[in-house]
Amino acid sequence: MRFMMFMYPGITEDEWAPSAEDVAAMSRYNDELRRAGMLLSLDGLHPPGEGASVVFSDGRSTVTDGPFSETKEVVGGYWLIQARSKEEAVEWASRCPGENCRIEVRRVFELEDFPQDVQEAALENDPGGAPQA
Amino acid sequence: MGEADATRAVETVWRIESARLIAGLARIVGDVGFAEDLAQDALVAAIETWPRSGVPDNPGAWLMATARNRAIDQLRRGKTYARKQEEMAHEIGLQFAIERADFVAELDDEVGDDLLGLMFTCCHPLLSEEARVALTLRLLGGLTTTEIARAFLTPEKTVAQRLVRAKRTLREARVPLDVPHGGELEARLPSVLEVIYLVFNEGYAASAGEDLIRPALCEEALRLGRILAELAPAEPEVHGLIALLEIQASRSRARVGPSGEPVLLGDQNRSLWDPLLIVRGRRALERAEALPRPLGPYGLQAAIAACHARALRAEETDWVRIAALYEALTRVTPSPVVELNRAVALGMAFGPEIGLRLVDQIAAEPALREYHLLPSVRGDLLARLGRDAEAGAEFRRAAELTANERERELLLGRAAECDRDIDPA
Repeated sequence: MRFMMFMYPGITEDEWAPSAEDVAAMSRYNDELRRAGMLLSLDGLHPPGEGASVVFSDGRSTVTDGPFSETKEVVGGYWLIQARSKEEAVEWASRCPGENCRIEVRRVFELEDFPQDVQEAALENDPGGAPQA
Repeated sequence: MGEADATRAVETVWRIESARLIAGLARIVGDVGFAEDLAQDALVAAIETWPRSGVPDNPGAWLMATARNRAIDQLRRGKTYARKQEEMAHEIGLQFAIERADFVAELDDEVGDDLLGLMFTCCHPLLSEEARVALTLRLLGGLTTTEIARAFLTPEKTVAQRLVRAKRTLREARVPLDVPHGGELEARLPSVLEVIYLVFNEGYAASAGEDLIRPALCEEALRLGRILAELAPAEPEVHGLIALLEIQASRSRARVGPSGEPVLLGDQNRSLWDPLLIVRGRRALERAEALPRPLGPYGLQAAIAACHARALRAEETDWVRIAALYEALTRVTPSPVVELNRAVALGMAFGPEIGLRLVDQIAAEPALREYHLLPSVRGDLLARLGRDAEAGAEFRRAAELTANERERELLLGRAAECDRDIDPA
């Protein structure tokens, strides 16, 4: 099963650029995940100030450029891992060299997790399309 | 922490740490069976202690230190297996090695080599194929004997005996836990790759509704393959194998229809292919291709799989390239089955006559006599040539030979189609 680990760093936009030590510690951790055969993909994100937010309300969308003062927490990056249980994913998240941050561990939906009608709806869509890399 | 939570925490740490722990111990004590016993003792100690004390900050180091103390204890009390004179001498050496070794440092620096050494030991040529698979899942996958038995639909007692015998064989032969080098590495790597591939295929062969541990074997094989790719990055076949597994796994949702029937590659809903695994597979293949050695059997099969993965629709498949890759594959591992696949590719690339010509050349091969895909492929080529009566007979012959009920239905359906298409004039 797959888990997404979202990193919410407890820092402000000005502190977004990590230090060399932080990066070194994080690379060691990423490498550990990789060497354990767990890591599927990972990315770090630019600060929210460079992003935008698209909000839907009553079927209409409104675009707001970042930063987003109304949100308390912002995602700093993520890991997608393959683990044998939620406990294993949580144990790996606990090994992250974080200081002030929060990592949210969420299981990724598989097609089999849905009822039959939802699965069929997913299958009907775009039968000829294929993944592009 | 409640007792149940604590036990789960120990189990989780065990699954993460056990392979490294056993590998590190095995290198020092020179015996995987003894190393496993020591690691198990450490696990028992953790189950007793952690619910009260909490999980230590570095649980791997804790387990290693505990296992080390057990080793010294056991040797001092003379409670180990060895009682003969020569083995006494061996034990004294062992005790010296254990007391001298820096177990915690062991966990960091040399752990990669130890793990790789353990992989090679579990897949040692002295052991039977079944024993290699069982030992690998037990020592590197951290699976219990019960889990392995369930996964391979084998009685638990059989698996337990297989494991005991395998460990005894390795002990009696005093198999060193080193990573083989140079020519020996070349010679022994295929057996490691084969074990991982076997584990994957066992999981891939699982059908819907079966014990979930069976499909989980695919993930376990992928995990072992990815670990191996980090440990032996200079070996093209290691990347070739993992590339093949990632791409095959990418199709797992598409290859079975709603009622459990197999769906052939050309008929699969390609939007169900997992794009992440395809990307990972292609990257692994690129790593294999970037090395200064030619692709081996796994790499070539991965390259073929990547051709299919690249096609947005089945009609866009680059069959010319696939036929060429199959030709390369027949040079590396000549086999009638590979030739049959090449015939399919040739038939798609250059027309059914060309494919049929090769099928007819290999049809007499003893290895293909009972192989249902031979008449199935021949039937397909004949149908495309409009030779419906012959095609129908081939599909019926294939239906007789297949062991898979769903596939039989599929083949009989094709035979009926041919019968309908026969021109009454």
